[in-house]
Amino acid sequence: MLPNNPIHSILSGDYPRSKALSVALVIVLVSLAFAPFLFPGSQPLNVAAKICVFVILVASYDLLLGYTGIVSFAHTMFYGIGGYGVAIAMYNFNAGWGALGLGVLAALVLAMLLALLIGLFSLRVRAIFFAMITLAVASAFAILASQLNEITGGEDGRSYRIPEMLRPAFRLFDEPVLGVMINGRILTYYLIFFAALILFLLALRVVNSPFGRVLQAIRENDFRAEALGYRVVVYRSIANCLSAGMATLAGVLMALWLRYTGPDTTLSFAIMIDILLMVVIGGMGTLYGAVLGATIFILAQNYLQVLMGQFSGMLEAAGIPLLPGLFHADRWLLWLGILFVLSVYFFPVGIVGKLRQMKS
Amino acid sequence: MTAVAATTETVSLPKVKTDWLPALLVPILAVAALPLVGSFSTWVTLTVAALAMGMMIFLMASGLTLVFGLMDVLNFGHGVFISFGAYVSLMVLGPLAGWVESPNIWLNIGVLLACIVVAMLVTGALGYAFERVVIRPVYGQHLKQILITMGGMIVAEQMIHVIWGASPIPLRLPEGLRGAIVVGEAAMEKYRVIAVVLGLLVFGLMHLLLNRTKIGLLIRAGVENAEMVEALGYRIRRLFVGVFIAGSALAGLGGVLWAFYRQTLTAGMGMEVNVLIFIVIIIGGLGSIGGCFVGALLVALVANYTGFLAPKLALGSSILLMVLILLWRPQGLYPVAKR
Repeated sequence: MLPNNPIHSILSGDYPRSKALSVALVIVLVSLAFAPFLFPGSQPLNVAAKICVFVILVASYDLLLGYTGIVSFAHTMFYGIGGYGVAIAMYNFNAGWGALGLGVLAALVLAMLLALLIGLFSLRVRAIFFAMITLAVASAFAILASQLNEITGGEDGRSYRIPEMLRPAFRLFDEPVLGVMINGRILTYYLIFFAALILFLLALRVVNSPFGRVLQAIRENDFRAEALGYRVVVYRSIANCLSAGMATLAGVLMALWLRYTGPDTTLSFAIMIDILLMVVIGGMGTLYGAVLGATIFILAQNYLQVLMGQFSGMLEAAGIPLLPGLFHADRWLLWLGILFVLSVYFFPVGIVGKLRQMKS
Repeated sequence: MTAVAATTETVSLPKVKTDWLPALLVPILAVAALPLVGSFSTWVTLTVAALAMGMMIFLMASGLTLVFGLMDVLNFGHGVFISFGAYVSLMVLGPLAGWVESPNIWLNIGVLLACIVVAMLVTGALGYAFERVVIRPVYGQHLKQILITMGGMIVAEQMIHVIWGASPIPLRLPEGLRGAIVVGEAAMEKYRVIAVVLGLLVFGLMHLLLNRTKIGLLIRAGVENAEMVEALGYRIRRLFVGVFIAGSALAGLGGVLWAFYRQTLTAGMGMEVNVLIFIVIIIGGLGSIGGCFVGALLVALVANYTGFLAPKLALGSSILLMVLILLWRPQGLYPVAKR
């Protein structure tokens, strides 16, 4: 395709490069774009909004893990900072757009500064150092957030009101459109959808820019990149800050959707593990992997559990020992964990990589 | 000719200087905290508690730091051995329930030792399997190591849920080990004293093993330069497997002690301490046993004193300590030569 056609510039020249992958991506995009009309009801819309947010969160993590080759365990911390930025602003001031903007801005500044500080402190030594230090800092932050009762609401978190237009009671039109009443909830969904879409395309732009190429060079051989004249510490720190900023915005979007922010929904280590699983299963080092990984994982999280519960019930009725325990609905993480380990061994390129290999 | 012989006789290797400064930090810190805490008896209680905690953390961390030093493998799933060790002690406590409630102190200690032995055997075997299945295929690839050991941890934690159930299990200390010894006005919990003694015992044994035996010599040499040891004809892989098993068994031992200390069992307990363990081995210098010991004591002392003086800062204090020490010595207290 010619470099100056619109699709080329929208995708920053980074095509899916596989028919099956393109079809899958289009299906995800169309389903998410028309989710309120295609899948009516609050549960499917909830799943769709979660997918949008997690695509961004996972894509920002992939920027670190897949493109720069550093492992961070503090990603949920930045996600949480975004969430708490909205929560604290909305809770303490009137629920208007101004307060929202202020909260988002404060969260972004705090997250980027923190990322810079952690990066400067630990990225210059070794990548493995960074992994350990982020783990320590993130757990300290989680404890801090649950202890500063007056500010964060402690373990209970904060419920708050969001701007008038985004509340469920708000009606954009008097008449339903295509059989669906356009209320504030759907407006919020579209705010999240478009924000996620724009952020995703921006991320594509970043990884396909000369800057992104340097990051990949660092991932492949940091010593050589340094020898070529690129300051590895600087590039890694910038990547870390960018990724933190994006994670913060994902947290903001989630906070708008849930209208609640608490330690369990934003800061828990379980979410960090979810992100890791999504990145690896989708495919490291390609942002399209984030889309597929997040979509598949969240669908599994919401629907696989039910299936597993039924299966376990069947096994139990048949009187087979031990197996019902293995297939209990709460044990879905066990299977995803095994899938994770197997995928790191046997297809580190993830689903996206597999699809691309199939083509050639 | 004679001149050469004379010089080889008289010139011996220069003695290795021992760096006492980091080790001195421990007593300095303890003494400095005395005026802040105020009362002497409270200070004794706090210090004993901190020493007990430090010993347990050291036991859990020592395997991790040696494995890293020897083979450049950082096991993020180390916490699993801690959790498994703790849960395995349930298998002993079931049949020996009578010993737990018995008023005879020797039976009480016996049951604790039985727990420890069984837990160490099981976690050692588990460590062997973990090394074989999970870690061996990803030698030398840090990124994959982190991911794969993390994945192994998720699976193992879920398996604990499958085997022992998902809800926390209360654990009772053996009858004779409950309560405290009161010396003057200072109260020291009996169990903590036992933990300190056990920890010192293991540290002493480890020190002897590492500094007085051939295996210890090889391990230390391997940490410094693995290729050279291999070139001299020793199988570093086999040595590494041995260290990995021993490290896992020590984590299991630490897990049992930690579980009785907390008196509840949860599958996530290993992961929770893992954070502390990482801080400790970073402070100590990755790969250094002595550094790990000093680091564990420092972290525990700071955590206990701040827990008393300013409870909200407890975990933040370890991070602050880590930052301060890394500013002083960026590679940790006792940097290992090649890293």
